[in-house]
Amino acid sequence: MEEEAHAPAEGGLTFHPLDQFEVTPLFGDGPVHFFTITNATMWMAIAVLAIFALFVLGTSRRSLVPGRVQSTAEILYSFIYKMVEDVTGHDGVRYFPYILTLFLFILFVNYLGLVPTSFTPTSHIAVTAVLGFGVFIAVTVLGFVKNGAAFLGLFWMKDAPLVLRPIIAVIEVISYFVRPVSHSIRLAGNIMAGHAVIKVFAGFAAIALISPVSIVAIALIYGLEVLVAGIQAYVFTILTCVYLKDALHPGH
Amino acid sequence: MEGNIADMGQFIGAGLAAIGSGAAAIGVGHVAGNFLAGALRNPSAAASQTATLFIGLAFAEALGIFAFLVALLLMFAV
Repeated sequence: MEEEAHAPAEGGLTFHPLDQFEVTPLFGDGPVHFFTITNATMWMAIAVLAIFALFVLGTSRRSLVPGRVQSTAEILYSFIYKMVEDVTGHDGVRYFPYILTLFLFILFVNYLGLVPTSFTPTSHIAVTAVLGFGVFIAVTVLGFVKNGAAFLGLFWMKDAPLVLRPIIAVIEVISYFVRPVSHSIRLAGNIMAGHAVIKVFAGFAAIALISPVSIVAIALIYGLEVLVAGIQAYVFTILTCVYLKDALHPGH
Repeated sequence: MEGNIADMGQFIGAGLAAIGSGAAAIGVGHVAGNFLAGALRNPSAAASQTATLFIGLAFAEALGIFAFLVALLLMFAV
């Protein structure tokens, strides 16, 4: 590792592809406490302000023929509303505000993270784990409140042969508790991997011989990342809907 | 070129973990390919199943991301 740090620019990478994920305080160089204003909290705040601007300021005029900003807000709203209604059914619509909040937050943080030199909070498992475990706890509590002990029927398959039921129950319990882990790591892993790949190719761009190829590759991967940012927000939201459906109707 | 045997093990392990990405690629391709095959036979039902498609893709892809995470942990966290 010692030699690599002193390597000349044309060999090896000139910067580390994972440096971009470093959380640093905005003011001063002190240690990061839970109340320190860092680049992560700043970009999350910008995302929240952007959502506020789109939804509160953009729809404040409530014109019958919506303008560009208002129709964007309406499309996002009705898209998620339809998803919640399709996946969880009519009684799931009560929880629509939570799901819309999750979707918009992840979508805006993902897209703002694609702005060059910005920071993507969703690339950190610490951020996505809060979202993922929040969904897990909310859904588990809701399942027990709505169904009582019948919620455990989610693990006890009535239509499986009796011999297999205990084995299936063990597998179902394990898969239930892995849900929040995979839910959060999927989002963080996708975003982090995409950004790291862009930075790896940016490192190759320093080598004169292959720099045109790598710059074209960056452009292509960036296009893919725009796609991934939207799809991962969508996937996180639809999985939340699926988990909510399991909590509301454990028998199905 | 010098280094200790533990570093070598890390790199070999990270490289082996990257095989998982290829396995996830097979899984994702399988999901998408089968969806397309079904969608072309019955295009009218395809639109209603896109949500299922994305859920299937997400589950297949999550395991590849786990492999990637193991590789990252081996490279930078161990």
